[in-house]
Amino acid sequence: MAGGTGGGETITMSTHESAVQAHAHAAPQGFIRKWVFSLDHKVIGLQYYFLALVAVFVGMFLSLLMRIHLIWPTAALPLLGDIKPETYLTLVTMHGTIMVFFVLTTAPQGGFGNYFLPIQIGAPDMAFPVLNMLSFWTTFLGFIVMIAAFFVAGGAPLHGWTGYAPLSAVQSTGPGEGLGADLWIISIAIFCIGALMGALNFITTTLDMRAKGMTMMRMPLTVWAWFVTAILGLLAFGVLLSAGILLLMDRNLGTSFYVPLITVNGQLTGHKGGSPLLWQHLFWFFGHPEVYIAILPAMGLASQLLSVFSRKPIFGYKAMVYAILAIGFLGFMVWGHHMFMSGMSPYTAFAFSIMTMGIGVPSAIKTFNWLGTIWGGRIRFDSPMLFAIGFVSLFVSGGISGPFLAQPVLDIQLHDTYFVPGHFHLIMGVASIFGIFAATYYWFPKMFGRMMNESMARWHFWFSFIGTYAIFMPMHYLGMAGMPRRYSQMTEVGYLHDLIPLQKFITYAAFVTIAGQLIFLVNLFWSMFKGKKAVDNPWEATTLEWTTATPPPHDNFGGHTPVVHNGPYEYGVPGAPRDYVMQSDPEIEPAH
Amino acid sequence: MATFSPTATVDDPRISLGDVGGLPPARTGGGDDSSGLPDYATRLRRARLGLLVALTPVLMLFVSFTSAYVVRQGLPSLDPRTATLVRDWIPVTLPKLLLINTGVLVLSSVFMELARRQIRGEAALASADSIPGVSPGGESKIPWLPMTLVLGIIFLFGQWMAWRQLAASGFYVATTPSSSFVYLLTGTHAVHLLGGVLALLGAGVASLLGLSLTRRSIVVDVTAWYWHFMAGLWVYILCLLEFVS
Repeated sequence: MAGGTGGGETITMSTHESAVQAHAHAAPQGFIRKWVFSLDHKVIGLQYYFLALVAVFVGMFLSLLMRIHLIWPTAALPLLGDIKPETYLTLVTMHGTIMVFFVLTTAPQGGFGNYFLPIQIGAPDMAFPVLNMLSFWTTFLGFIVMIAAFFVAGGAPLHGWTGYAPLSAVQSTGPGEGLGADLWIISIAIFCIGALMGALNFITTTLDMRAKGMTMMRMPLTVWAWFVTAILGLLAFGVLLSAGILLLMDRNLGTSFYVPLITVNGQLTGHKGGSPLLWQHLFWFFGHPEVYIAILPAMGLASQLLSVFSRKPIFGYKAMVYAILAIGFLGFMVWGHHMFMSGMSPYTAFAFSIMTMGIGVPSAIKTFNWLGTIWGGRIRFDSPMLFAIGFVSLFVSGGISGPFLAQPVLDIQLHDTYFVPGHFHLIMGVASIFGIFAATYYWFPKMFGRMMNESMARWHFWFSFIGTYAIFMPMHYLGMAGMPRRYSQMTEVGYLHDLIPLQKFITYAAFVTIAGQLIFLVNLFWSMFKGKKAVDNPWEATTLEWTTATPPPHDNFGGHTPVVHNGPYEYGVPGAPRDYVMQSDPEIEPAH
Repeated sequence: MATFSPTATVDDPRISLGDVGGLPPARTGGGDDSSGLPDYATRLRRARLGLLVALTPVLMLFVSFTSAYVVRQGLPSLDPRTATLVRDWIPVTLPKLLLINTGVLVLSSVFMELARRQIRGEAALASADSIPGVSPGGESKIPWLPMTLVLGIIFLFGQWMAWRQLAASGFYVATTPSSSFVYLLTGTHAVHLLGGVLALLGAGVASLLGLSLTRRSIVVDVTAWYWHFMAGLWVYILCLLEFVS
């Protein structure tokens, strides 16, 4: 009979309880328990992944409609017909919201984090499997509510993914600001609750369920990234939830948290004394860490892959860990740089500006360490590596414009132009997406037991890499030339006439890039069933997920718990019989 | 750079695969028992850690509300009749009933702690049942847990009555920013406390259904810490509403 002691408390388990737990640990057999309401972190990870996959194609479709409308403003669009300015804003809003919440937050953390964090630390599951299941289904419900906003009277909201008040706080400000906006807020609130449940699991699992020998400083950088991302989520989503509650009250109970005395269509709204800036402060206290919630997992993954495919240890492991922590910490100190246009005191703006540029330091440490990792390596240009290199390239290209926008004087000029979408799509959007692609190609063999088609993967990479640069680099030039964002029809504006060819080029590039994503989709599903059978460790990597069967069994390690003896990046070890030493291999001796 | 010392037989296929085959056959660390399942102490520690993490966003929620409360209090409002900026923050006189409710909640927190210690003691004594000739005793025990539950429900009912008193004195949700915050903070706290009430009900139902003592013990333990947090939070909210207005 199982008994345990600790903290002076001695408890004996009953036979009944042991039986219940043994049953709970057995693999479920029925379809519903195995694939729908599963407690297995791996299945939940896949559920998150496929939810994000659906969401990304919805979001991409909306962006395509926007791009078509921008260069052919009189053309009727599929499903929507003629586009009014407010309809265009609806597309902007829903594209941004779906992409930020249900793709960039969902896939890297909920998808891959769920699947691989427990395995990489040698745990049989997440700390709270039931909560994990609830976390996914809550997120799924949030997505359904978000999509439902399209189909209610007035349609989806038009206040942008940032939901600025008072536009978002008064129901009569636009056609989508009625029930559609309520659903938008409720969806995000539901999403927050799901994300918080997930973060709780990630943190507890990482702190309490590591295998013997898996010290914090032996954790793969992917685990560090998921762990810090979870902490960011824990601190940020509660604030967004509170902001959303206040917004719902302003909209439906007549309170005045965000709404001052204003008229809408010549009518007083009945509100008075509220502050739109209060919303901005609360929103961006969440919003800026959200950037790192989206990109930190990709940073962790890039570190992992650059080491694996260069056959070299990561350059400066400790520095990479501290850089992740520093980025996470500084991420909470810089929300004001989104509000330089709000009339904030120049002294406050200066402080936010300095802090923002300070993030460049840990970011540069990471970038140089990535370069140091591949320098002199025996690089294998497999598809995961291509996307990891692509990530670094996009991170640098998108990041380099960050210090421009971090300076209030420049930001006031550039803020409402295409320069900003160009910047954040590269650094937050596409860079993270490249991380998701890299993770897919890297872990697909472990998840599905088959290899993805490498030729299709390479075509996909080049379509995506060239395509995204072709879309988002010209946006910087558009912005510097004064092309304002958020407007649906700019083709008739005289001073912008010379920029129309560039806008057309971007739309054509979007067509080509999206066509390239179909290659990925075909490859993904074709390889699941027809791909070449994968061996347990096809990339000759060192971390624990490659020590177990492919796909991993229900309890991850088939009744065993690995014991960790080595760090996660032992490649090219002198004297070793092969060029890598796995984390569970016998301990290697430090060089003298 | 480390060097590899071939002290192990690297030709061993299990090791060369980096497999777990060369490792102990069952869990030996991390507080797991011989059957591979986490023991009581591990589960309790994990549940407490989970609770600690879960309380962080709750804390952030109320920190945000506090921030909004302080900011909103200092904002001027435009008076359309005089076209001047005026203050629209009218302090709400809180119902005296809230003080009684506070006493009820603090008392329930004391009962909750006694309930936690009681069930922990029961769980520790449960092992004596299996020893022949030893009886843990059948003395009557005070039902701290049901008493906590009753006090929790009384507190929630008292909060509802306080809301009615506020409404009767003309302070509705949108009457003034201060009344908006009173309803917001008390309502959000009540929803959270309701979660604790449901957890206690769950523990009671589990007891009636004869589910294991260890599981109930863990539920009661983490609910107790949650309950104490909610009691402390309520005192903070009351001070905020009473003294920062």
